[in-house]
Amino acid sequence: MSRTSPASKSLEWTNDEMMTVAAARELTSGTVCFVGIGLPSTAANLARASHAPGVVLIYESGCIGAKPDRLPPSIGDGILSRTADAVISVPEIFAYWLQAGRIDIGFLGAAQVDRFGNINTTVVGDYGSPQVRLPGAGGAPEIATSCSKVIITLRHSPRAMVEKLDFVTSVGHGDGGDFRARLGLPGMGPQAIITDLGILRCEAESCEFVLSSVHPGVEISQVLEATGWTLRVADDVSVTAPPTVEELRALRSFVGA
Amino acid sequence: MARFSSLHDAVAENIKDGDTVALEGFTHLIPFAAGHEIIRQQRKDLTLVRMTPDIIYDQLIGMGCARKLIFSWAGNPGAGSLHRFRDAVEHSVPHVLEIEEHSHAGMATRYQAGASGLPFGMLRGYAGTDLATITPTIKWVTCPFTGENLAAVPALRPDVGVICAQQADRDGNVMLWGITGVQKEAVLASRCSIVLVEEIVDKFSSHMNGVVLPSWVIDDVCVVPSGAYPSYAQGYSQRASAFYAQWETISKDREKFLTWMNEHVLATSDHAQFLASLDPKLLEDVNE
Repeated sequence: MSRTSPASKSLEWTNDEMMTVAAARELTSGTVCFVGIGLPSTAANLARASHAPGVVLIYESGCIGAKPDRLPPSIGDGILSRTADAVISVPEIFAYWLQAGRIDIGFLGAAQVDRFGNINTTVVGDYGSPQVRLPGAGGAPEIATSCSKVIITLRHSPRAMVEKLDFVTSVGHGDGGDFRARLGLPGMGPQAIITDLGILRCEAESCEFVLSSVHPGVEISQVLEATGWTLRVADDVSVTAPPTVEELRALRSFVGA
Repeated sequence: MARFSSLHDAVAENIKDGDTVALEGFTHLIPFAAGHEIIRQQRKDLTLVRMTPDIIYDQLIGMGCARKLIFSWAGNPGAGSLHRFRDAVEHSVPHVLEIEEHSHAGMATRYQAGASGLPFGMLRGYAGTDLATITPTIKWVTCPFTGENLAAVPALRPDVGVICAQQADRDGNVMLWGITGVQKEAVLASRCSIVLVEEIVDKFSSHMNGVVLPSWVIDDVCVVPSGAYPSYAQGYSQRASAFYAQWETISKDREKFLTWMNEHVLATSDHAQFLASLDPKLLEDVNE
């Protein structure tokens, strides 16, 4: 599905592009962002290429302040180390930088997420005899623990947005409420889930994710159908601002679209 | 002091059936040539250790070299799945693969503890996850000073650690730079170590984050140009993204995988022959 940007009738855009643009908008210049593999990396690089040139991108391969001019195919690509302010070891990035609380935002993808922003990237099905074996944890569990805030981005479907995770790889808000405080987790946990259909935000106190905005052209009913739990809709639910021409051009210039 | 030896001899002498072996590398400097040599020499029952098992571990697992995998992220970044790894975990093909999984921070902490000669390491992690439930090597300790509850993970002490570096000097000291991952810790945590280098130089050049490992903590240094291919060695080569992309199709079908391994690994005698056996298109654009 593609739509037209209001700023120029010549630029159409897809729901995937809307998702990336909406995720990128969560980052501002000066924010220190720990970047996960895949969709988060695209969004973080778009932020740096458009409205937030001063965002500090940190990759778990040990690259601090990476400034790639094209999208890195992996989190350990040479373009990251060659453009970084500092390149350090993997034990150091996790101990001195992440665990010590120096990161503002952790940007994570997920295979499955639940209503409290808990993440599964380990298995679909039973752990001992999985239907699908996924890559596993990577850096995500401690990113989810120690970053001040976490933003999750993934494509919206009932298989991805589930009532109950098959495996809790990384903790969001557990079973809700003061779960994180009870476990002594230092960061605030996930604050937004950005999908190709809309944006879910973490409700104060309950810590349940509710629909905060729908992307242009998406019906609320469509989002509810694509969610595996009974998704609540915020009273002031809005429509996401469509991608600007500048955002689309920046995105396409480095993903080669 | 390190010996300069052929990769064939270094693997034959140091890696035995049943050993725990860590071939480390974080996207950059992955010792592919050593993995191929282990496959050629048909090692069995290995416990393989790696933070980010990728194509070379997919190959070792698919060829039946591994009994167990200790890891934190198993995938083909940006290109797809490790289908031989998945086939082993999902369907026990070619045989059962025991897995012990951690997070990256947990694995890094385990290597650091091994390198430091400590029995365990600790971190603020795993709380509330199912990893803490299914992985027996995650336990808890209480800080004696603050009372904070922290995760404890045992030291990793592989029998053999294998890494790539860019250069060795004539005394067998080695230097790596760019993304250096957990390689220093992997060498220092291991009982014995093998380092593959691009070349021998008279004097090391200076690099922002150069890591030098002295000759006397290394057993064998092997000169293997492009030994990290299809991974890369900063200053020498670029990552062969086309190889990673095509692996999805090869790995997906077990027969296709076996045919490929026979043609390119078992039927070649060393890494130079392996490179020569590949479609020249896969070697384009990798020179730096």
